[in-house]
Parts: sequence; structure tokens; C-alpha cells
Amino acid sequence: MRKGLVFVAPLLIALGIIGLMASPCALAKAEVIKIGINAPMTGDIPKVGEGSKYAARMWLNDIEANGGLEVGGVKHPVELVIEDNESKAESAVKVNTKMITEDEVLVIVGPQSSKQAVPAGGVANNYETPMISPWSTNPDTTKDRPFVFRGCFLDPFQGPVVANFITNEFGYTKAAVLYDVASDYPKGLAEFFKQAWEKLHGKGSVVAYESFTTKDADFSSQLSKIIRSGAEVLFTPQYYNEVALIVQQAKELGWQNPIVGSDSWGSAETVELCGEACYGLFFSTHYAAAGATGKTKAFIERYKEKYGYVPDDVAALTWDSLGIVETAIQKCGKITGKVEKDRNCIRDAMAKVEQYDGITGQMTFTEEGDPIKCAVIVKISDQGEYEFYKSVCP
Amino acid sequence: MVFFFQNLVNALQWGSFYAMIALGYSMVYSILMLFNFAHGDIFMVGAYIGFGVATALVTLSASGFLALPGWMILVLTILLSMFLTSFVGMIVERVGYRPLRDAPRASAAITGLMIGIMLETGNLILLGARRVSFPPLIESVTYNVGGVFVTNKKIMIVLISLGFMLALHLFVQKTRYGMAMRAMAFDYVVVPLLGIPINTIARLTFAIGSALAAVAGILFGLAYPVLDPYMGIVFGWKAFVAAILGGRGSIMGATLAGFLMGFIEIFVAMVFPSTLRDLIAYSIILLILVFRPHGFFGEPYSARLRL
Repeated sequence: MRKGLVFVAPLLIALGIIGLMASPCALAKAEVIKIGINAPMTGDIPKVGEGSKYAARMWLNDIEANGGLEVGGVKHPVELVIEDNESKAESAVKVNTKMITEDEVLVIVGPQSSKQAVPAGGVANNYETPMISPWSTNPDTTKDRPFVFRGCFLDPFQGPVVANFITNEFGYTKAAVLYDVASDYPKGLAEFFKQAWEKLHGKGSVVAYESFTTKDADFSSQLSKIIRSGAEVLFTPQYYNEVALIVQQAKELGWQNPIVGSDSWGSAETVELCGEACYGLFFSTHYAAAGATGKTKAFIERYKEKYGYVPDDVAALTWDSLGIVETAIQKCGKITGKVEKDRNCIRDAMAKVEQYDGITGQMTFTEEGDPIKCAVIVKISDQGEYEFYKSVCP
Repeated sequence: MVFFFQNLVNALQWGSFYAMIALGYSMVYSILMLFNFAHGDIFMVGAYIGFGVATALVTLSASGFLALPGWMILVLTILLSMFLTSFVGMIVERVGYRPLRDAPRASAAITGLMIGIMLETGNLILLGARRVSFPPLIESVTYNVGGVFVTNKKIMIVLISLGFMLALHLFVQKTRYGMAMRAMAFDYVVVPLLGIPINTIARLTFAIGSALAAVAGILFGLAYPVLDPYMGIVFGWKAFVAAILGGRGSIMGATLAGFLMGFIEIFVAMVFPSTLRDLIAYSIILLILVFRPHGFFGEPYSARLRL
């Protein structure tokens, strides 16, 4: 053991010296562009993290196949710094701080859920590092933060989309809401839905407005209350793990009316956990995999071939967000290697992207850094596939 | 009235999980005077072992090698998982607690916390962060009894847990080992001097507690079929509250307190806005403790203890 060390130690030192000598040479050639991915690899919604990672890797493969990212005639190698935020707000903040101060990334893509994106966006903005959250729909993520952008529509838009859809599709007037009060995304969206619904059907038309806290597994008392309230439809903007439990328990308690969800249902795992109980239900989301055309279809097929399942909306949005980042870096025109200067340059370029034609649709950006784009209503088919049902544009 | 009974049924199911896990805490606490904070995670491990056994049996059964009906798979799953999980408990005792038996209580308490974290991350490494879906095993049938919806699973869960609680009670009251346990709970210092093998009894206590946690885990998987490595943490805390609320050394107390906690949680959410559920529920429990600081059936230390 010790003998081995005697041999290994000088070797390591030698390697280190070679590395030190080699790295300035590399720097002289072309600056490495570091992009941070802040995603939930473990914790409550690991499937979301997986989708983000896979989409980012696919994007990186394309860049590497090109020999790097071409900015102003120079091909720069790209490096991804993928870190796990454990689906916790405090970890997302830590990850952002680490990526900005230690890894010195130029741009951060993520975090995905609003619960992490809202606080982490504050860190990025304070350190003047551009950040784009592909999936966070809560308005607070980008509000008054010039350095923070997003790749998806907002909840003040999604809430009315769902409310209008239910009204037109079923003609119901009494709705119930069940949401996680301890998470920014469901809480925000539940409020926007309630506002929109009451605007359509008058005050008191949301007959039950029930909540629970993250990690709860039993929703029987909330659901019993909802059933007793005489609600005709249940809206629950939850993540896939809770969706399975809520839908199954509602059925067991005798609920027979529709349950409608939001873009957080869009994970590839929802149907796997929920099974047949979820067939026939609707939710609003960013894109529908079944029946996609053009480059969306190409993306889905490539992803499926590589990772073995149909990509969910998070993967598609991460792909688009990286596309926006790529456009911005190219528009910036020059990567100098001075981190602060490059970050500001990329931010300014990102703010100037007015239109982007992504795989999740056409996006036009507002001054806040939010895209205006269409939402899709998806129906879970009897085979458990996400079928395109309707498109709703602002 | 229908609404009340519906919630009563819901509360019975929810409370039986608290009760079963609280029993494991309570037994270890009364016999060895230590808090096994890893117990919530042993519940999680039990659920995962149950998941593994059930999935294996379902696959085996589907392949036609051993065509078993669903209820048979369930029975086998429960028995096998109890057996396997009891070893997890015994290993935890041997590795984590026995070397620290004469150490300060605080050291033993943090041992539990550390083992809990090890079990969580161990599971995370072994199976990844993906949620697993517990196989349904028996087809869910919903009965409508005068407007109250009851599933066959709910009835089964409550009956199975009550059955195991009764079995435990009989074991402790009627067998020689049970008597040894009661004696140890009576006096932790003197009784081992009288020839009762403390190591055997400690091991047995952990084995039984863990086996019960495995049953709770499997029933939990049937009722709430989404498992994740951190499912045991909050659940463990709440069951721990139930164990203390029941009073030291009381099987009856832990059972009752477990059910009571289920009832309080469900009925608070029934009457008040559900956002305030835990706040109000645990204020009530705090109030109970103010009036009965030793729990329902506990007596001040050094007085006679029941197990």
C-alpha cells in the first residue's frame, strides 16, 4: 500500500505539472464556455432532473460534433456543469452560488420548479449571471430580475387557459382545487386558477379550496370535503408523484367527475405511477409528444432512440432554453474569458432575442424576459399516451 | 353524518399506520430506554423489501411458474418481508446500539439519526432517486355503504394491523420471552443480573419492531402506492410522537395514541381549512401532553411499568 503510494505520488505531481503547463495553451486557443445546469437529480421529482440532464447532453453532443460553439468565427469548447438541487429551495440556492463563484459558469440553465427557481433566480441576479429557467411558470422567478429569463409560459396565463378549457369543454360552473401549500408552483397556480374561475362564474364558484403540504400521502379528508362540496371538477396543479395518489384516492372515495391538471403532470412518470386511473384525464402543458411534427418530431425520435422513452415537456423546454442560450452567446459576438464581461454580454444579447422558434413553439419575449407562447391541452389516452387535444394561444 | 363516517373510515386507515410504527418505537424505548430514531427509515426499508418481494412474486406468478392468486402473494409478501426486515432491525441493533449501550443516551439517539440517514442514502444509491410504484396485488373494490365509500383495501389494512397488534399483545403477555421483556421494562439494570440475557431480548425487541414496521410498509404501499427513499422521515417523527403520547411501556397506549393521531389529523382537516391541519393537530397533542406529561398509560419513572 505504502510502497504503491511512493510510486504514485510523483506520478501525480508530474501529471499535475503537465496539466498546469498544458492548460494555458488550451486557454490561448479558445476560451471554454461553461454552462451550469441546476436540476433536481434526486429528491421529490428526479425524473425532471433526468430529463434536463439528457436534453442537455444531447445538445452538448451536437455542439461537440460541430467542434465547439462558434462565436464570432472562433470555435469555443463547451463544458456543462450539472449539479443536483435535490428538489429543495435551499440546495438550489447553494448550487447556483457554487456554480457562479467556484465553477465560474457564464450562464445557468435551471432550476426547473418554481420552488427552486424563485429563490435561485435571486442569487443569479445578485451575482449578475444570466439564468434561464426552462420550466418555472411562477411570475416571481423573473420579476424585477434583469438577469433572469425563462423558456415557458406563465401561470397567470396557464390559470385562465385551464379555467376556460373546463368551462368550454364540460360546461361546469363549480370547481374544486387541491394543492400543495408549501410549494411555490402549485400555490401560485391554484390562486391564478381560482381568480380566473371566479371571473368566469362569479364569487364562490370555487366551492372547495383545499391544501396539503409536501410529502403528504393521504388526501382522504381533503377529498371527502371536496366531494361533499358538490364540485363538478377537480383542478390539482401537482407533480407526478402526488397526482398518482390524488387521482387514485379520489376514485376510491367515489369521485367520478373529471380531474384536470397543469404542466407539472407532463412528466413521463405520471402514467407509470398512476396507471389506468389517470386515463382520459386532461392537463395543460407546453407540448404534446404524440402527433408532433417537424423538428419537434425529430427531437422526440432522437431522444427516444437514445434514452428509451418519450421526452417530457421538461426535456423539450431544456432543449429550447439551451437553444436560446446558444443564440444569445452567438449574438454576443465575442467570448473574452473575463467572466463578468462575458456574463453581461450574454445577458444583453439574451434580452435582445425577440423571437425564437423552438420545438415547443414560437416564442416572443417580453421586457421581463418572459416568452409569450401557446399552451397545449393534452388528453391522456387509453394507452397512457399524451395526446394533443387542443392548442390555446394568448 | 355520512360525511362524518366517511372521515371516520379514512381516519381508521391513517391511524393504523401510526399505531403500527409507534409500537416499534415504544417497545425499544421501554425495554432499552433508548429512542431508535432509525425506526421511520426501517419502515421505509420494510416497504421497499415488500416492494421487491411482491414484484418478484408477481413476475414469478405471471411467468406461469407458480400461479398464485393475489391474496396469496400478499400473505407471502408480508411474511417474507417481516422475516427479512427483522434482520435489518437486528443488524441495526448489533452494529449501532449494542456497542453504545453504556454510552450516554444522546450518543445512542444520534446513532439512530445517523443510521436513518445511511438507510435513506443507501437506498438512493441502490435503487436511484426514481419513485417506485407498489404492485396492486389485490384488485381494489369500492363499496358504497349508505354514501360512505369503503374499499376492500381499507378494511383489510385496518383488520391486518389490528390482528398484528393483538398478536403482539398476546406474545408479550403469554410467553416466556414476553415475560422477560416485561421484566426488562420494569428494571433495566437489575433484571439482567437475574439471568435474563439482555442481548437476546434486545435483539428480539428490534426484530419484532422491525417486522411490524415491514407490515406497515407493505400496507402503506397498498394504500399509497408511491414509494420514495425519504418516505419514512416525517412519518417516523409522527409515530414517535404517538409512542411517547401513549406512555412508556404501553402497547395499548402506543396503539391508541397512533389511532388518535390519525383521527386528530383527519378530523382537524375536516373541520378547519386543511392548510392549518398540522398546526392545529399538533397543538392539540401538545395540550394533551401538558395535562398528561407521561402519556396516556405511562407512569412517572420508577413506578411500575406495564408493557
